[in-house]
Amino acid sequence: MADHKTLKPEGPPDEMERIKEESRYLRGSLVESFQDPITASIPDEDTKLLKFHGSYMQDDRDLRNERKKQKLEPAYQFMVRVRLPGGVATPEQWLTMDSLADQYGNGTLKLTTRQTFQMHGILKWNMKKSIQKMDEALMDSIAACGDVNRNVMSNVNPDQSALHAEVYEWSKKISEHLLPKTRAYHEIWLDEEKVVDGKEDEPIYGPLYLPRKFKIGVAIPPSNDVDVFSQDLGFIAIFEGKELLGFNVAVGGGMGMTHGDTNTYPQLSRVIGFTPVDRVTEVAEKIVTIQRDYGNRSNRKNARFKYTVDRLGVDYVLQELNTRLGWDLESSRAYQFEHNGDRYGWTQGEDGNWHHTFFIQNGRIKDQENYLLKEGLKKIAEVHKGEFRLTPNQNVIVSKVKEEDKAEIQAIISKYSLSDGQQNSALRRNSMACVAFPTCGLAMAESERYLPTLIDKLEEILDEAGLSDDEIIIRMSGCPNGCSRPALGEIGFIGKAPGKYNMYLGAGFTGDRLNKLYRENIGENEILNELKPMLFHYAKDREEEEKFGDFVIRTGYVQAVPSGQEFHS
Amino acid sequence: MHLNVGNSPFNPKQADLLNQLLSSMDHHQKIWLSGYLAASQTTAAPTDDTKKEVQGGVEEPAASRQITILYGSHTGNCETLAEEYTEKLKKQGFQVKLHDMDEYKPKSLKDEEDLLILTSTHGDGDPPDNALSFYDFLFSKRAPKLENVRFSVLALGDRSYEFFCQTGKEIDERLEELGAERLYPRVDCDLDFDDDAEIWWKGVTDKLESSQNKRTETTASTSLQGADRPVYSKKAPFQAEVLENINLNGKGSNKETRHLEIDLEGSNLTYEPGDSLGIYPKNEETLVDELIKEMNWDPELSITVNKEGEVRALREALISHYEITVLTKPLLEKLAAFTKDSSLKDLLESQEQVKTYIYGRDLLDFVKDFGPWEAGEEEFIGALRKIPARLYSIASSLRANPEEVHLTIGTVRYDSYGRKRTGVCSGQCAERTEAGDQLSVYVQKNSSFKLPQDQDAPIIMIGAGTGIAPYRAFLEEREENEAAGKSWLFFGEQHFVTDFLYQIEWQKWLKEGVLSRMDVAFSRDTDEKVYVQHRMMEKSKELFEWIQSGAYIYVCGDEKYMAKDVQDTLLTILKNEGNLSNEEAEAYLTDLRKNKRYQRDVY
Repeated sequence: MADHKTLKPEGPPDEMERIKEESRYLRGSLVESFQDPITASIPDEDTKLLKFHGSYMQDDRDLRNERKKQKLEPAYQFMVRVRLPGGVATPEQWLTMDSLADQYGNGTLKLTTRQTFQMHGILKWNMKKSIQKMDEALMDSIAACGDVNRNVMSNVNPDQSALHAEVYEWSKKISEHLLPKTRAYHEIWLDEEKVVDGKEDEPIYGPLYLPRKFKIGVAIPPSNDVDVFSQDLGFIAIFEGKELLGFNVAVGGGMGMTHGDTNTYPQLSRVIGFTPVDRVTEVAEKIVTIQRDYGNRSNRKNARFKYTVDRLGVDYVLQELNTRLGWDLESSRAYQFEHNGDRYGWTQGEDGNWHHTFFIQNGRIKDQENYLLKEGLKKIAEVHKGEFRLTPNQNVIVSKVKEEDKAEIQAIISKYSLSDGQQNSALRRNSMACVAFPTCGLAMAESERYLPTLIDKLEEILDEAGLSDDEIIIRMSGCPNGCSRPALGEIGFIGKAPGKYNMYLGAGFTGDRLNKLYRENIGENEILNELKPMLFHYAKDREEEEKFGDFVIRTGYVQAVPSGQEFHS
Repeated sequence: MHLNVGNSPFNPKQADLLNQLLSSMDHHQKIWLSGYLAASQTTAAPTDDTKKEVQGGVEEPAASRQITILYGSHTGNCETLAEEYTEKLKKQGFQVKLHDMDEYKPKSLKDEEDLLILTSTHGDGDPPDNALSFYDFLFSKRAPKLENVRFSVLALGDRSYEFFCQTGKEIDERLEELGAERLYPRVDCDLDFDDDAEIWWKGVTDKLESSQNKRTETTASTSLQGADRPVYSKKAPFQAEVLENINLNGKGSNKETRHLEIDLEGSNLTYEPGDSLGIYPKNEETLVDELIKEMNWDPELSITVNKEGEVRALREALISHYEITVLTKPLLEKLAAFTKDSSLKDLLESQEQVKTYIYGRDLLDFVKDFGPWEAGEEEFIGALRKIPARLYSIASSLRANPEEVHLTIGTVRYDSYGRKRTGVCSGQCAERTEAGDQLSVYVQKNSSFKLPQDQDAPIIMIGAGTGIAPYRAFLEEREENEAAGKSWLFFGEQHFVTDFLYQIEWQKWLKEGVLSRMDVAFSRDTDEKVYVQHRMMEKSKELFEWIQSGAYIYVCGDEKYMAKDVQDTLLTILKNEGNLSNEEAEAYLTDLRKNKRYQRDVY
């Protein structure tokens, strides 16, 4: 058992802890700040509280310098991230988001790597109206960001229909169980009557909430589309035939790190046991309280649950969990993951319903001159009777299409030539990029706007090497926070500066192994010069079924990373 | 004899003293004094036979008439002229008083002797703001008979307006109606008023000279005059270098508003917040070339461009000296002589038709429509109006920006009759002026738009669009002076994101307390259009409190809509919050205006 000193990290609390404490359960001065007509921004402390309400203040960084010269403040705007457990949306909800994007947003929607909608470019004065419109369509953005449990991810595998439905219900329950109980969101955005001071309580979180964000994902093998090991808390569905028995529990994963700080690193979660189905919310709650009580509140860079787990040790966490539960987790069960990507095009589920997975490059839904993606999906939403499922790979599935409705949907797909990725290289179909420039305040380099161009150039190499149909996972993030889970890319890029990236190689194809830094701070030419011989080498010397991530380790380009703690070594 | 202001050059106090003194003196003393005074005059004044002839001795002082100059001024031209004339008259030994019409008690009109009136006309034939009370009095039943008054009117205007020099014409007519004698006929001046004003001035002074006895004092020397006057003026503009030229509107705006920073180093030009800068623009070269081509003129031909006989090549003359972007009825009438096209004659028969025709058209349209033209280059071009300077409210404080002046210029762009057109000066500033280029500028004073002397007095500033310019100057000045007075700014434009002119500067001043409050109205951000007056109504109670506590109110920007709506709103606020009747509210506002607590710079 760890000694006392390592249980509670020393040091004064981070500034954010004070902000939370004084916020009156996440209210701060948000109401007043959103009424100030002289600036489209809100004060710094309020921006931090706003995250708990599912929104980030951003600005159009393309215009920042230009506007400064023009004596204008930055083009401040807000991003709203919907809480959408398991990525399931009704056609009505899709249509609401579609029209909100046009009315108040920048005319596009971003499907995130955590299976939800992000809407960018909302002006301060339109925030309340936007959130109210979402509310009318039964969507909220509570705790979509902030030091709380975020949107709960869930496998979208449409084939195992009954199993998926059951797992999805549990994901939703976990999400709802872990929602903050404060009425701040309803008061500020939905004009709910004010709660009398002192009459509120956060039974799970307490008044300081968590030390840092917290992420949960639920996987159904053989698909690891949710990248279950990248989550603070992962659940792996264990089933026999069609019967869901329970979940393996995995703790302490996470992507984010800070450049130049080797005390920070991406980490994969570790399976510590098995919980029966009906106890899964209880397990989730207790894990969250462990992080609440043991997490580092003086250094936010070391505050994620992964650092808590690594500091306490997995055994200690399990023991503490069992104590808090009052019962012991069972031994973990066997499972097998085969991939973490999406299965594109039409598939038929066990119940006979059809599902169609679209390829959405980097999750961006927008209309372009030659490709009316947003309009096409809107047309589908107008006639669709089933669901939309947003995938962890930033794609979307039109799900639960009855046999008799399939032709109508297919007609729209054909009319708008909506892509299922078949005409794209397998590399592109397995690519992910975060938003980065121009809206993300953290971005150090381009990501969403650049990766497609880089892939164009890589495709020429793949063509030449005969690898166009080989699935290789490529991921890019504009900063080391890693929204696109770059540390799990067989080829990963993390932005360092405009046009410069760290290149990582060797992650596992099923999301079970981190990659390793291969080259630091390189530009496009160097990227291509490094990858070209490597890809030809792979095409020539790979073993049967050998994945690129495994190949680069076997042939010595990089060493395997067994644990995040050895990521930098 | 008994001296009074009417039969002597002395003011009442002097006359009293002299009456007392003279009545106490004996004959011998009086002779001694007259000799003493006569001797001291000849040494002080240069010998001037004509003056000597008309000079009266003390024993028999000749009647010397009091001259009063009144001006109604909007942009400051009349004010400047009136000041210049007053100085000249004083130096010539006349007894002269100068008044802003607003400061003048119109009841004293009946006591006036020689009355010189300089007034501009505003908008659709309206008097300028500071002439309103005087004008109303003059046309009311209270206006007295003016049988002993002689007068002359100088009217300034712009021929492109239908009611050209209307206020001057009306006052001229009314004074005659009231029984006053016209000393010299009225002269109506167009935008290029210098030459015509000079004609009037000469006419007036000739009459005064021949009919008036001057006071005996003359100026010691004229050599000093040059030193205390700026070298550069409207007549002799300064070639100033542009230091910075920025578009203040963000990407995606419908508008383009230029912020110009101009170097005044070496000019000795000074200004106060509220003053304007005049710029002599240059016509667009492509437009000039098209006109030359259309008229088949020789661009190199020498053209005399002014009465001094200066000569320029035709192309250069058209670029820098003549107005070719605005049509006026008088111009059309002059040019009609050079064409056989009878449709022009038909057009000119109706004022309405002319108005419709000239709206949105320029000289190029006109020469295309009514050619062929039977006139030589010099003849045709000689009929054109000289290109007038454009005035812009200064957006900077000289104290805060020594030897610089900043302007806020809205670019005028529109499509008309199949051609894209730009405002001649705003277009030049937006499209043809870069840092390092030069502009011909002069300072135009505007004493009717000034910060209160009292640094502690609260100010309320209301402006839309480029109307915000002088407020930037005001706040820079107040920041420099560390003025304690509160300030409140109302600003309106189309869109918050792109059109919030000088946004970060207001934000800084708000933070530092230089600006106490700010309310904004962005008309196109909301379903229902919101303008500054709506924001004023929302804050009606507090606004009234500010006004009651002595606040000065400033309005700057568009006259037709904004300034009118703002004034109506002010009246409504006065009525509602002060429980006043319509008349009382009007009187309240008039009072504010007379006390310089309601000042407007509208265009």
